[in-house]
Amino acid sequence: MGYKNEKLKEEKVFKDPVHRYIHVRDKVIWDIIGTREFQRLRRIKQLGTTYLVFHGAEHSRFQHSLGVYEIVRRIIDDGFSGRPEWDEEERLVTLCAALLHDLGHGPFSHAFENVFDLDHEVFTQKILLGDTEVNTILRKVSEKFPQKVADVIGKTYPDKLVVSLISSQIDADRMDYLQRDAYYTGVSYGHFDMERILRVMRPAEDQAVVKSSGMHAVEDYIMSRYQMYWQVYFHPVSRSAEVILTKVLHRAKYLFEKGYHFKQDPVHFHTFFNREFLLEDYIALDEGIITTYFQMWTKETDWILRDLSKRFLNRQLFQYVEFNPAKEYKKLNELEQLFKDADLNPEYYLVVDSSSDLPYDFYRPGEENERLPIFLQMPNNELREISRSSDVVDAISGKRRTDHKLYFPADILLRDKEKNPLYKKIYDMLTN
Amino acid sequence: MLQEHAKIVQFISLAQEVTGRKKLQKMIFIAKKMNFPFAEKFQLHMYGPYSEELTLRVEELCEMGFLNEECMDKGSYVQYKYDVSPEGKRFLETTTQESNELQGFIEKMQVKTSRFLELVSTLLYFDDLEKDEQIEKVHIVKNKLKFTETEMNDAFDFIHQLQEVAAS
Repeated sequence: MGYKNEKLKEEKVFKDPVHRYIHVRDKVIWDIIGTREFQRLRRIKQLGTTYLVFHGAEHSRFQHSLGVYEIVRRIIDDGFSGRPEWDEEERLVTLCAALLHDLGHGPFSHAFENVFDLDHEVFTQKILLGDTEVNTILRKVSEKFPQKVADVIGKTYPDKLVVSLISSQIDADRMDYLQRDAYYTGVSYGHFDMERILRVMRPAEDQAVVKSSGMHAVEDYIMSRYQMYWQVYFHPVSRSAEVILTKVLHRAKYLFEKGYHFKQDPVHFHTFFNREFLLEDYIALDEGIITTYFQMWTKETDWILRDLSKRFLNRQLFQYVEFNPAKEYKKLNELEQLFKDADLNPEYYLVVDSSSDLPYDFYRPGEENERLPIFLQMPNNELREISRSSDVVDAISGKRRTDHKLYFPADILLRDKEKNPLYKKIYDMLTN
Repeated sequence: MLQEHAKIVQFISLAQEVTGRKKLQKMIFIAKKMNFPFAEKFQLHMYGPYSEELTLRVEELCEMGFLNEECMDKGSYVQYKYDVSPEGKRFLETTTQESNELQGFIEKMQVKTSRFLELVSTLLYFDDLEKDEQIEKVHIVKNKLKFTETEMNDAFDFIHQLQEVAAS
Protein backbone atom coordinates (compact mmCIF):
# COMPACT_ATOMS: atom_id res chain seq x y z
CA MET A 1 0.00 0.00 0.00
CA GLY A 2 1.53 3.29 -1.11
CA TYR A 3 1.17 6.76 0.35
CA LYS A 4 -1.84 7.35 -1.93
CA ASN A 5 -3.92 4.77 -0.06
CA GLU A 6 -2.31 5.12 3.35
CA LYS A 7 -4.85 5.50 6.16
CA LEU A 8 -4.33 6.97 9.61
CA LYS A 9 -4.29 4.41 12.41
CA GLU A 10 -7.31 6.12 13.89
CA GLU A 11 -9.75 8.46 12.21
CA LYS A 12 -9.18 12.11 13.11
CA VAL A 13 -12.11 14.44 13.52
CA PHE A 14 -12.46 18.22 13.60
CA LYS A 15 -15.45 19.54 15.51
CA ASP A 16 -17.38 21.77 13.14
CA PRO A 17 -20.46 23.90 13.83
CA VAL A 18 -21.96 23.26 10.39
CA HIS A 19 -21.24 19.59 9.69
CA ARG A 20 -20.80 18.55 13.35
CA TYR A 21 -17.64 16.61 12.51
CA ILE A 22 -15.12 16.61 9.69
CA HIS A 23 -13.69 13.13 9.27
CA VAL A 24 -10.15 12.43 8.08
CA ARG A 25 -8.83 8.94 7.44
CA ASP A 26 -6.46 9.57 4.54
CA LYS A 27 -2.87 10.31 5.50
CA VAL A 28 -2.47 12.64 2.50
CA ILE A 29 -5.39 14.82 3.65
CA TRP A 30 -4.08 14.92 7.21
CA ASP A 31 -0.61 15.90 6.02
CA ILE A 32 -1.95 18.66 3.73
CA ILE A 33 -3.92 20.20 6.60
CA GLY A 34 -0.65 20.44 8.55
CA THR A 35 1.22 22.44 5.90
CA ARG A 36 2.04 26.10 6.44
CA GLU A 37 0.20 27.12 3.26
CA PHE A 38 -3.01 25.47 4.44
CA GLN A 39 -2.64 26.72 8.03
CA ARG A 40 -2.28 30.24 6.60
CA LEU A 41 -5.98 30.04 5.65
CA ARG A 42 -6.80 30.32 9.36
CA ARG A 43 -5.61 33.93 9.11
CA ILE A 44 -7.83 34.88 6.18
CA LYS A 45 -11.49 35.56 6.81
CA GLN A 46 -14.00 33.84 4.59
CA LEU A 47 -16.17 36.94 4.21
CA GLY A 48 -13.61 39.75 4.17
CA THR A 49 -15.23 42.94 5.48
CA THR A 50 -18.64 41.41 6.26
CA TYR A 51 -17.73 41.20 9.97
CA LEU A 52 -18.18 44.98 10.12
CA VAL A 53 -21.90 44.42 9.53
CA PHE A 54 -22.52 40.90 10.86
CA HIS A 55 -20.15 40.78 13.80
CA GLY A 56 -20.17 36.98 13.94
CA ALA A 57 -18.68 36.67 10.47
CA GLU A 58 -15.10 36.18 11.64
CA HIS A 59 -14.83 32.64 10.30
CA SER A 60 -11.86 31.70 8.17
CA ARG A 61 -11.15 30.14 4.80
CA PHE A 62 -9.56 27.28 6.75
CA GLN A 63 -12.97 26.29 8.14
CA HIS A 64 -14.66 26.59 4.76
CA SER A 65 -11.98 24.50 3.05
CA LEU A 66 -12.43 21.71 5.59
CA GLY A 67 -16.19 21.97 5.08
CA VAL A 68 -15.96 21.59 1.31
CA TYR A 69 -13.67 18.59 1.80
CA GLU A 70 -16.19 16.99 4.18
CA ILE A 71 -19.12 17.46 1.79
CA VAL A 72 -17.16 15.97 -1.12
CA ARG A 73 -15.99 13.10 1.08
CA ARG A 74 -19.59 12.32 1.96
CA ILE A 75 -20.75 12.56 -1.66
CA ILE A 76 -18.05 10.13 -2.74
CA ASP A 77 -17.90 7.69 0.19
CA ASP A 78 -21.60 7.63 1.03
CA GLY A 79 -23.15 8.27 -2.39
CA PHE A 80 -20.94 7.59 -5.39
CA SER A 81 -18.73 4.76 -4.20
CA GLY A 82 -19.57 1.46 -5.91
CA ARG A 83 -21.66 3.05 -8.67
CA PRO A 84 -20.48 2.24 -12.21
CA GLU A 85 -20.34 5.91 -13.27
CA TRP A 86 -17.82 6.69 -10.53
CA ASP A 87 -14.15 5.85 -10.90
CA GLU A 88 -12.73 5.09 -7.46
CA GLU A 89 -9.28 6.07 -8.78
CA GLU A 90 -10.50 9.68 -8.76
CA ARG A 91 -11.30 9.72 -5.05
CA LEU A 92 -8.06 11.17 -3.71
CA VAL A 93 -7.60 13.83 -6.37
CA THR A 94 -11.19 14.97 -5.80
CA LEU A 95 -10.74 15.18 -2.03
CA CYS A 96 -7.47 17.08 -2.37
CA ALA A 97 -9.00 19.53 -4.87
CA ALA A 98 -11.94 20.11 -2.52
CA LEU A 99 -9.62 20.79 0.40
CA LEU A 100 -7.28 23.03 -1.59
CA HIS A 101 -9.68 24.89 -3.91
CA ASP A 102 -9.28 28.22 -2.07
CA LEU A 103 -5.60 27.87 -1.18
CA GLY A 104 -4.53 30.92 -3.19
CA HIS A 105 -6.84 33.43 -1.55
CA GLY A 106 -4.97 36.39 -0.18
CA PRO A 107 -5.86 38.69 2.71
CA PHE A 108 -9.08 40.62 2.04
CA SER A 109 -8.95 38.81 -1.24
CA HIS A 110 -11.12 40.88 -3.52
CA ALA A 111 -9.74 44.29 -2.53
CA PHE A 112 -6.17 43.04 -2.64
CA GLU A 113 -6.64 41.43 -6.05
CA ASN A 114 -8.29 44.56 -7.39
CA VAL A 115 -5.48 46.89 -6.32
CA PHE A 116 -2.55 44.67 -7.28
CA ASP A 117 -4.19 43.09 -10.33
CA LEU A 118 -3.90 39.55 -9.02
CA ASP A 119 -6.01 36.43 -9.33
CA HIS A 120 -6.31 34.06 -6.39
CA GLU A 121 -6.91 31.14 -8.76
CA VAL A 122 -3.50 31.72 -10.30
CA PHE A 123 -1.97 31.66 -6.82
CA THR A 124 -3.78 28.45 -5.98
CA GLN A 125 -2.08 26.91 -9.01
CA LYS A 126 1.30 28.41 -8.08
CA ILE A 127 1.13 27.08 -4.53
CA LEU A 128 0.13 23.63 -5.74
CA LEU A 129 2.89 23.48 -8.34
CA GLY A 130 5.64 25.59 -6.73
CA ASP A 131 8.26 24.95 -4.09
CA THR A 132 5.84 24.60 -1.18
CA GLU A 133 4.98 22.17 1.59
CA VAL A 134 1.67 21.34 -0.11
CA ASN A 135 3.48 20.47 -3.32
CA THR A 136 5.89 18.21 -1.41
CA ILE A 137 2.97 16.27 0.08
CA LEU A 138 1.16 15.96 -3.25
CA ARG A 139 4.31 14.80 -5.03
CA LYS A 140 4.64 11.98 -2.53
CA VAL A 141 1.47 10.54 -4.11
CA SER A 142 3.00 10.76 -7.59
CA GLU A 143 5.06 13.17 -9.64
CA LYS A 144 2.01 14.19 -11.70
CA PHE A 145 -0.41 14.40 -8.79
CA PRO A 146 0.05 18.14 -8.02
CA GLN A 147 -0.78 18.93 -11.66
CA LYS A 148 -3.87 16.72 -11.50
CA VAL A 149 -5.16 18.55 -8.43
CA ALA A 150 -4.38 21.88 -10.11
CA ASP A 151 -6.28 20.77 -13.22
CA VAL A 152 -9.40 19.89 -11.21
CA ILE A 153 -9.36 23.30 -9.53
CA GLY A 154 -8.57 25.01 -12.85
CA LYS A 155 -11.47 23.12 -14.50
CA THR A 156 -9.19 21.55 -17.09
CA TYR A 157 -9.30 18.01 -15.71
CA PRO A 158 -10.50 15.39 -18.21
CA ASP A 159 -13.06 13.87 -15.81
CA LYS A 160 -15.76 16.56 -15.76
CA LEU A 161 -17.71 14.74 -13.05
CA VAL A 162 -14.83 15.40 -10.66
CA VAL A 163 -14.71 19.08 -11.64
CA SER A 164 -18.47 19.46 -11.17
CA LEU A 165 -18.25 18.44 -7.51
CA ILE A 166 -16.00 21.43 -6.81
CA SER A 167 -17.30 23.88 -9.38
CA SER A 168 -20.81 23.91 -10.80
CA GLN A 169 -24.17 25.45 -9.97
CA ILE A 170 -24.70 22.85 -7.26
CA ASP A 171 -21.27 22.09 -5.88
CA ALA A 172 -19.74 21.39 -2.50
CA ASP A 173 -18.17 24.85 -2.40
CA ARG A 174 -21.53 26.61 -2.51
CA MET A 175 -23.22 24.08 -0.25
CA ASP A 176 -20.64 24.75 2.43
CA TYR A 177 -20.32 28.52 2.17
CA LEU A 178 -24.07 29.16 2.16
CA GLN A 179 -24.60 27.21 5.36
CA ARG A 180 -21.38 28.36 7.04
CA ASP A 181 -21.88 32.02 6.21
CA ALA A 182 -25.51 31.81 7.38
CA TYR A 183 -24.39 30.23 10.65
CA TYR A 184 -21.69 32.81 11.39
CA THR A 185 -23.63 35.87 10.25
CA GLY A 186 -26.63 34.67 12.24
CA VAL A 187 -29.10 35.20 9.39
CA SER A 188 -31.97 32.83 8.85
CA TYR A 189 -31.46 32.59 5.08
CA GLY A 190 -28.86 30.23 3.64
CA HIS A 191 -30.25 27.09 5.20
CA PHE A 192 -31.42 24.26 3.01
CA ASP A 193 -31.74 20.50 3.29
CA MET A 194 -28.22 19.44 2.35
CA GLU A 195 -28.73 15.97 3.79
CA ARG A 196 -31.51 15.42 1.29
CA ILE A 197 -29.42 16.73 -1.62
CA LEU A 198 -26.49 14.50 -0.69
CA ARG A 199 -28.79 11.48 -0.52
CA VAL A 200 -30.17 12.07 -4.01
CA MET A 201 -26.97 13.15 -5.77
CA ARG A 202 -25.83 10.69 -8.43
CA PRO A 203 -22.75 10.44 -10.64
CA ALA A 204 -23.37 10.89 -14.37
CA GLU A 205 -21.09 11.04 -17.39
CA ASP A 206 -19.99 14.66 -17.22
CA GLN A 207 -21.37 15.93 -13.93
CA ALA A 208 -23.18 15.11 -10.73
CA VAL A 209 -26.98 15.07 -11.13
CA VAL A 210 -29.87 14.95 -8.69
CA LYS A 211 -32.66 12.39 -8.59
CA SER A 212 -35.93 14.06 -9.53
CA SER A 213 -37.33 13.34 -6.08
CA GLY A 214 -34.79 15.85 -4.72
CA MET A 215 -36.07 18.73 -6.83
CA HIS A 216 -37.64 20.67 -3.96
CA ALA A 217 -34.46 20.47 -1.91
CA VAL A 218 -32.57 21.93 -4.87
CA GLU A 219 -35.17 24.69 -5.27
CA ASP A 220 -34.61 25.58 -1.63
CA TYR A 221 -30.84 25.61 -2.16
CA ILE A 222 -31.13 27.98 -5.16
CA MET A 223 -33.42 30.34 -3.26
CA SER A 224 -31.08 30.27 -0.26
CA ARG A 225 -28.23 31.27 -2.48
CA TYR A 226 -30.27 34.11 -3.98
CA GLN A 227 -31.17 35.48 -0.57
CA MET A 228 -27.67 35.17 0.84
CA TYR A 229 -26.24 37.18 -2.05
CA TRP A 230 -28.57 40.10 -1.55
CA GLN A 231 -28.90 40.01 2.22
CA VAL A 232 -25.30 39.23 3.17
CA TYR A 233 -22.72 39.20 0.39
CA PHE A 234 -23.90 42.44 -1.25
CA HIS A 235 -24.88 44.20 1.95
CA PRO A 236 -24.31 47.88 1.12
CA VAL A 237 -22.58 48.67 4.42
CA SER A 238 -20.18 45.78 3.98
CA ARG A 239 -19.56 47.04 0.44
CA SER A 240 -18.78 50.45 1.92
CA ALA A 241 -16.07 48.87 4.08
CA GLU A 242 -14.73 47.06 1.03
CA VAL A 243 -14.65 50.32 -0.93
CA ILE A 244 -12.65 52.01 1.83
CA LEU A 245 -10.29 49.05 2.22
CA THR A 246 -9.61 49.11 -1.52
CA LYS A 247 -8.97 52.84 -1.44
CA VAL A 248 -6.52 52.56 1.49
CA LEU A 249 -4.46 50.10 -0.53
CA HIS A 250 -4.71 52.25 -3.65
CA ARG A 251 -3.52 55.27 -1.71
CA ALA A 252 -0.59 53.45 -0.14
CA LYS A 253 0.44 52.15 -3.58
CA TYR A 254 0.12 55.61 -5.10
CA LEU A 255 2.21 57.20 -2.35
CA PHE A 256 4.90 54.55 -2.65
CA GLU A 257 5.12 55.13 -6.41
CA LYS A 258 5.44 58.88 -5.80
CA GLY A 259 8.37 58.34 -3.42
CA TYR A 260 6.42 59.29 -0.28
CA HIS A 261 8.35 58.68 2.94
CA PHE A 262 6.26 56.38 5.16
CA LYS A 263 6.89 56.72 8.91
CA GLN A 264 7.00 52.93 9.04
CA ASP A 265 8.43 51.38 5.91
CA PRO A 266 5.71 49.07 4.46
CA VAL A 267 8.20 46.28 3.81
CA HIS A 268 5.58 43.59 3.31
CA PHE A 269 4.11 45.57 0.43
CA HIS A 270 7.32 46.60 -1.37
CA THR A 271 7.36 43.78 -3.87
CA PHE A 272 3.64 44.19 -4.54
CA PHE A 273 4.01 47.92 -5.14
CA ASN A 274 6.91 47.16 -7.49
CA ARG A 275 5.14 44.18 -9.07
CA GLU A 276 8.19 42.03 -8.35
CA PHE A 277 6.68 39.77 -5.73
CA LEU A 278 7.55 36.14 -5.33
CA LEU A 279 5.24 33.36 -4.27
CA GLU A 280 6.86 33.47 -0.85
CA ASP A 281 5.93 37.16 -0.45
CA TYR A 282 2.33 36.29 -1.21
CA ILE A 283 2.19 33.36 1.19
CA ALA A 284 3.72 35.53 3.92
CA LEU A 285 0.78 37.96 3.87
CA ASP A 286 -2.29 37.61 6.01
CA GLU A 287 -5.02 39.86 7.34
CA GLY A 288 -3.18 40.48 10.60
CA ILE A 289 -0.32 42.06 8.67
CA ILE A 290 -2.64 44.20 6.57
CA THR A 291 -4.53 45.59 9.55
CA THR A 292 -1.27 46.21 11.43
CA TYR A 293 -0.20 48.49 8.57
CA PHE A 294 -3.59 50.16 8.67
CA GLN A 295 -2.96 50.91 12.35
CA MET A 296 0.40 52.44 11.50
CA TRP A 297 -1.07 54.43 8.63
CA THR A 298 -3.48 56.18 11.00
CA LYS A 299 -0.39 58.12 12.12
CA GLU A 300 0.81 59.04 8.64
CA THR A 301 1.19 62.63 7.48
CA ASP A 302 -0.71 61.98 4.25
CA TRP A 303 -4.24 63.05 5.08
CA ILE A 304 -6.03 60.67 2.72
CA LEU A 305 -4.14 57.57 3.85
CA ARG A 306 -4.62 58.53 7.49
CA ASP A 307 -8.31 59.29 7.10
CA LEU A 308 -9.16 56.16 5.11
CA SER A 309 -7.19 53.88 7.47
CA LYS A 310 -9.01 55.33 10.47
CA ARG A 311 -12.31 54.93 8.73
CA PHE A 312 -11.70 51.25 8.07
CA LEU A 313 -10.42 50.42 11.54
CA ASN A 314 -13.02 52.45 13.40
CA ARG A 315 -15.89 51.61 11.09
CA GLN A 316 -16.54 55.18 10.03
CA LEU A 317 -17.83 54.10 6.68
CA PHE A 318 -19.05 56.00 3.65
CA GLN A 319 -22.71 56.69 3.21
CA TYR A 320 -24.35 55.51 -0.01
CA VAL A 321 -27.12 56.49 -2.37
CA GLU A 322 -28.67 54.50 -5.18
CA PHE A 323 -27.07 55.28 -8.50
CA ASN A 324 -28.31 54.69 -12.02
CA PRO A 325 -25.32 54.91 -14.37
CA ALA A 326 -27.54 55.10 -17.45
CA LYS A 327 -29.41 58.16 -16.28
CA GLU A 328 -26.84 59.75 -14.01
CA TYR A 329 -23.44 59.45 -15.62
CA LYS A 330 -23.46 63.15 -16.49
CA LYS A 331 -24.37 63.97 -12.90
CA LEU A 332 -21.44 61.82 -11.85
CA ASN A 333 -19.10 63.90 -14.02
CA GLU A 334 -20.48 67.07 -12.41
CA LEU A 335 -20.02 65.61 -8.95
CA GLU A 336 -16.45 64.65 -9.71
CA GLN A 337 -15.71 68.24 -10.66
CA LEU A 338 -17.43 69.56 -7.53
CA PHE A 339 -15.40 67.20 -5.35
CA LYS A 340 -12.21 68.48 -6.97
CA ASP A 341 -13.32 72.10 -6.46
CA ALA A 342 -14.05 71.31 -2.81
CA ASP A 343 -10.59 69.78 -2.37
CA LEU A 344 -11.91 66.26 -1.88
CA ASN A 345 -10.18 63.82 -4.16
CA PRO A 346 -13.02 62.01 -6.01
CA GLU A 347 -10.74 59.09 -6.78
CA TYR A 348 -10.94 58.18 -3.08
CA TYR A 349 -14.11 59.87 -1.87
CA LEU A 350 -16.68 59.36 -4.62
CA VAL A 351 -16.95 55.72 -5.58
CA VAL A 352 -19.41 53.77 -7.73
CA ASP A 353 -19.78 50.18 -6.62
CA SER A 354 -21.84 47.59 -8.48
CA SER A 355 -23.19 44.23 -7.34
CA SER A 356 -24.74 41.67 -9.59
CA ASP A 357 -25.93 38.12 -9.33
CA LEU A 358 -27.48 35.54 -11.58
CA PRO A 359 -29.01 32.97 -9.21
CA TYR A 360 -29.32 30.17 -11.75
CA ASP A 361 -28.92 29.83 -15.46
CA PHE A 362 -28.74 27.10 -18.04
CA TYR A 363 -27.21 26.62 -21.43
CA ARG A 364 -29.34 27.64 -24.36
CA PRO A 365 -28.09 26.62 -27.79
CA GLY A 366 -26.17 29.42 -29.46
CA GLU A 367 -25.98 31.50 -26.33
CA GLU A 368 -22.96 31.98 -24.23
CA ASN A 369 -24.20 31.42 -20.73
CA GLU A 370 -21.40 29.03 -20.03
CA ARG A 371 -23.07 27.60 -16.99
CA LEU A 372 -23.36 23.90 -16.46
CA PRO A 373 -27.06 23.38 -15.74
CA ILE A 374 -28.45 21.37 -12.84
CA PHE A 375 -29.91 18.15 -14.21
CA LEU A 376 -32.60 16.06 -12.61
CA GLN A 377 -32.41 12.32 -13.16
CA MET A 378 -35.92 11.20 -14.02
CA PRO A 379 -37.27 7.74 -13.05
CA ASN A 380 -36.55 6.50 -16.60
CA ASN A 381 -32.93 7.74 -16.21
CA GLU A 382 -33.49 10.60 -18.65
CA LEU A 383 -31.69 13.81 -17.59
CA ARG A 384 -33.85 16.92 -17.52
CA GLU A 385 -32.64 20.47 -16.89
CA ILE A 386 -34.26 21.57 -13.61
CA SER A 387 -36.09 24.69 -14.82
CA ARG A 388 -38.14 22.48 -17.15
CA SER A 389 -39.63 20.76 -14.12
CA SER A 390 -39.54 23.45 -11.47
CA ASP A 391 -41.70 26.57 -11.76
CA VAL A 392 -39.71 28.16 -8.94
CA VAL A 393 -36.38 27.72 -10.72
CA ASP A 394 -37.89 28.65 -14.07
CA ALA A 395 -39.09 31.94 -12.59
CA ILE A 396 -35.57 33.04 -11.71
CA SER A 397 -33.53 31.34 -14.47
CA GLY A 398 -31.38 33.77 -16.40
CA LYS A 399 -32.68 36.71 -14.33
CA ARG A 400 -29.75 38.82 -13.37
CA ARG A 401 -30.17 41.42 -10.68
CA THR A 402 -27.76 44.34 -10.63
CA ASP A 403 -27.44 47.14 -8.16
CA HIS A 404 -25.26 50.27 -8.30
CA LYS A 405 -24.44 52.51 -5.39
CA LEU A 406 -22.51 55.71 -5.03
CA TYR A 407 -20.42 55.97 -1.88
CA PHE A 408 -19.22 59.22 -0.30
CA PRO A 409 -18.09 60.62 3.09
CA ALA A 410 -21.34 62.19 4.31
CA ASP A 411 -19.75 62.93 7.71
CA ILE A 412 -17.18 65.32 6.20
CA LEU A 413 -19.76 67.03 4.01
CA LEU A 414 -22.20 67.52 6.89
CA ARG A 415 -19.62 68.50 9.49
CA ASP A 416 -18.01 71.23 7.38
CA LYS A 417 -20.93 72.39 5.27
CA GLU A 418 -21.05 75.75 7.04
CA LYS A 419 -17.36 76.35 6.36
CA ASN A 420 -17.46 75.21 2.78
CA PRO A 421 -20.65 75.93 0.83
CA LEU A 422 -19.55 73.47 -1.84
CA TYR A 423 -19.94 70.66 0.70
CA LYS A 424 -23.58 71.54 1.17
CA LYS A 425 -24.09 71.70 -2.58
CA ILE A 426 -22.49 68.28 -3.04
CA TYR A 427 -24.46 66.75 -0.19
CA ASP A 428 -27.73 68.11 -1.52
CA MET A 429 -26.94 66.91 -5.01
CA LEU A 430 -26.12 63.44 -3.75
CA THR A 431 -29.10 63.04 -1.49
CA ASN A 432 -31.86 64.73 -3.47
CA MET B 1 -15.25 56.78 -13.11
CA LEU B 2 -16.94 54.47 -15.63
CA GLN B 3 -13.65 53.88 -17.39
CA GLU B 4 -14.01 50.12 -17.69
CA HIS B 5 -17.44 50.56 -19.25
CA ALA B 6 -15.97 53.06 -21.67
CA LYS B 7 -13.31 50.58 -22.81
CA ILE B 8 -15.96 48.08 -23.87
CA VAL B 9 -18.00 50.74 -25.66
CA GLN B 10 -14.86 51.91 -27.44
CA PHE B 11 -14.00 48.34 -28.43
CA ILE B 12 -17.40 47.81 -30.02
CA SER B 13 -17.27 51.25 -31.57
CA LEU B 14 -13.94 50.39 -33.23
CA ALA B 15 -15.37 47.08 -34.40
CA GLN B 16 -18.51 48.93 -35.60
CA GLU B 17 -20.49 45.85 -34.61
CA VAL B 18 -19.83 42.48 -33.03
CA THR B 19 -22.02 39.49 -33.81
CA GLY B 20 -22.17 36.82 -31.12
CA ARG B 21 -21.65 36.98 -27.39
CA LYS B 22 -19.05 34.26 -27.66
CA LYS B 23 -17.14 36.19 -30.29
CA LEU B 24 -17.12 39.33 -28.16
CA GLN B 25 -15.85 37.38 -25.15
CA LYS B 26 -13.04 35.79 -27.12
CA MET B 27 -12.03 39.02 -28.85
CA ILE B 28 -11.74 40.91 -25.57
CA PHE B 29 -9.81 38.04 -23.98
CA ILE B 30 -7.37 37.91 -26.89
CA ALA B 31 -6.96 41.70 -26.80
CA LYS B 32 -6.27 41.50 -23.08
CA LYS B 33 -3.67 38.81 -23.73
CA MET B 34 -2.07 41.25 -26.21
CA ASN B 35 -1.70 43.68 -23.29
CA PHE B 36 -4.68 45.91 -23.93
CA PRO B 37 -5.76 46.99 -20.45
CA PHE B 38 -9.14 45.34 -19.97
CA ALA B 39 -9.93 44.75 -16.30
CA GLU B 40 -12.33 41.82 -16.64
CA LYS B 41 -11.17 38.52 -15.20
CA PHE B 42 -11.50 35.40 -17.31
CA GLN B 43 -11.79 31.75 -16.37
CA LEU B 44 -12.02 28.66 -18.47
CA HIS B 45 -15.65 27.74 -19.11
CA MET B 46 -17.57 25.65 -21.61
CA TYR B 47 -16.42 27.62 -24.65
CA GLY B 48 -12.95 28.55 -23.47
CA PRO B 49 -11.99 31.72 -21.59
CA TYR B 50 -15.09 33.51 -20.38
CA SER B 51 -15.63 36.50 -18.13
CA GLU B 52 -18.74 36.83 -16.04
CA GLU B 53 -17.66 40.42 -15.38
CA LEU B 54 -17.67 41.12 -19.10
CA THR B 55 -21.13 39.59 -19.52
CA LEU B 56 -22.33 41.80 -16.71
CA ARG B 57 -20.63 44.89 -18.13
CA VAL B 58 -22.23 44.35 -21.54
CA GLU B 59 -25.67 43.80 -19.97
CA GLU B 60 -25.22 47.02 -18.01
CA LEU B 61 -24.17 48.92 -21.11
CA CYS B 62 -27.31 47.70 -22.88
CA GLU B 63 -29.45 48.74 -19.90
CA MET B 64 -27.68 52.08 -19.86
CA GLY B 65 -28.61 52.54 -23.51
CA PHE B 66 -24.97 52.83 -24.63
CA LEU B 67 -25.06 49.58 -26.59
CA ASN B 68 -27.76 48.22 -28.85
CA GLU B 69 -28.36 44.49 -28.57
CA GLU B 70 -30.19 42.81 -31.41
CA CYS B 71 -31.39 39.25 -30.92
CA MET B 72 -31.36 37.34 -34.19
CA ASP B 73 -33.33 34.12 -34.55
CA LYS B 74 -31.18 31.62 -36.41
CA GLY B 75 -33.68 28.77 -36.31
CA SER B 76 -32.08 26.30 -33.96
CA TYR B 77 -30.35 29.03 -31.95
CA VAL B 78 -30.30 32.75 -31.30
CA GLN B 79 -27.43 35.12 -31.83
CA TYR B 80 -26.84 38.58 -30.44
CA LYS B 81 -25.41 41.53 -32.32
CA TYR B 82 -23.99 44.59 -30.58
CA ASP B 83 -23.29 48.09 -31.77
CA VAL B 84 -22.89 51.48 -30.12
CA SER B 85 -25.99 53.66 -29.77
CA PRO B 86 -25.95 57.45 -30.30
CA GLU B 87 -26.09 57.81 -26.48
CA GLY B 88 -23.08 55.50 -26.25
CA LYS B 89 -21.20 57.70 -28.71
CA ARG B 90 -21.98 60.76 -26.58
CA PHE B 91 -20.83 58.84 -23.50
CA LEU B 92 -17.52 58.01 -25.22
CA GLU B 93 -16.94 61.69 -25.83
CA THR B 94 -17.03 62.30 -22.06
CA THR B 95 -14.35 59.70 -21.32
CA THR B 96 -10.65 59.26 -21.86
CA GLN B 97 -10.19 56.68 -24.57
CA GLU B 98 -7.54 54.06 -25.06
CA SER B 99 -5.27 54.25 -28.09
CA ASN B 100 -6.69 53.37 -31.48
CA GLU B 101 -3.98 50.70 -31.90
CA LEU B 102 -6.70 48.30 -30.90
CA GLN B 103 -8.38 48.80 -34.26
CA GLY B 104 -5.83 46.73 -36.19
CA PHE B 105 -6.27 43.81 -33.79
CA ILE B 106 -10.02 44.02 -33.95
CA GLU B 107 -9.99 43.94 -37.74
CA LYS B 108 -7.85 40.80 -37.70
CA MET B 109 -10.16 39.09 -35.20
CA GLN B 110 -13.44 40.24 -36.75
CA VAL B 111 -12.97 38.18 -39.89
CA LYS B 112 -12.35 34.96 -37.96
CA THR B 113 -15.05 32.51 -36.94
CA SER B 114 -16.14 32.02 -33.32
CA ARG B 115 -14.79 28.48 -33.46
CA PHE B 116 -11.37 29.72 -34.52
CA LEU B 117 -11.35 32.46 -31.88
CA GLU B 118 -12.38 29.87 -29.30
CA LEU B 119 -9.35 27.82 -30.26
CA VAL B 120 -7.00 30.84 -30.27
CA SER B 121 -8.25 32.11 -26.92
CA THR B 122 -8.05 28.66 -25.33
CA LEU B 123 -4.47 28.25 -26.54
CA LEU B 124 -3.67 31.70 -25.12
CA TYR B 125 -5.30 30.70 -21.83
CA PHE B 126 -2.60 28.05 -21.54
CA ASP B 127 0.23 30.23 -22.85
CA ASP B 128 2.37 29.55 -19.79
CA LEU B 129 2.79 25.98 -21.06
CA GLU B 130 5.07 24.59 -23.78
CA LYS B 131 3.47 24.36 -27.22
CA ASP B 132 2.95 20.58 -27.04
CA GLU B 133 1.33 20.90 -23.63
CA GLN B 134 -0.90 23.73 -24.88
CA ILE B 135 -2.15 21.51 -27.70
CA GLU B 136 -2.67 18.59 -25.33
CA LYS B 137 -4.66 20.81 -22.95
CA VAL B 138 -6.87 22.09 -25.76
CA HIS B 139 -7.59 18.53 -26.84
CA ILE B 140 -8.55 17.65 -23.25
CA VAL B 141 -10.81 20.61 -22.55
CA LYS B 142 -12.21 20.84 -26.09
CA ASN B 143 -12.35 17.15 -26.91
CA LYS B 144 -15.80 17.43 -28.44
CA LEU B 145 -14.71 20.09 -30.94
CA LYS B 146 -12.02 17.86 -32.44
CA PHE B 147 -9.70 20.60 -33.69
CA THR B 148 -7.52 19.45 -36.59
CA GLU B 149 -3.78 19.86 -36.87
CA THR B 150 -4.31 22.46 -39.60
CA GLU B 151 -6.57 24.49 -37.33
CA MET B 152 -3.98 24.27 -34.56
CA ASN B 153 -1.22 25.49 -36.88
CA ASP B 154 -3.42 28.32 -38.18
CA ALA B 155 -4.20 29.34 -34.61
CA PHE B 156 -0.53 29.46 -33.64
CA ASP B 157 0.26 31.46 -36.80
CA PHE B 158 -2.52 33.90 -35.92
CA ILE B 159 -1.25 34.31 -32.35
CA HIS B 160 2.23 34.93 -33.74
CA GLN B 161 0.87 37.60 -36.10
CA LEU B 162 -0.94 39.35 -33.28
CA GLN B 163 2.12 39.22 -31.05
CA GLU B 164 4.25 40.73 -33.79
CA VAL B 165 1.81 43.61 -34.22
CA ALA B 166 1.71 44.09 -30.44
CA ALA B 167 5.50 44.20 -30.26
CA SER B 168 5.88 46.69 -33.13
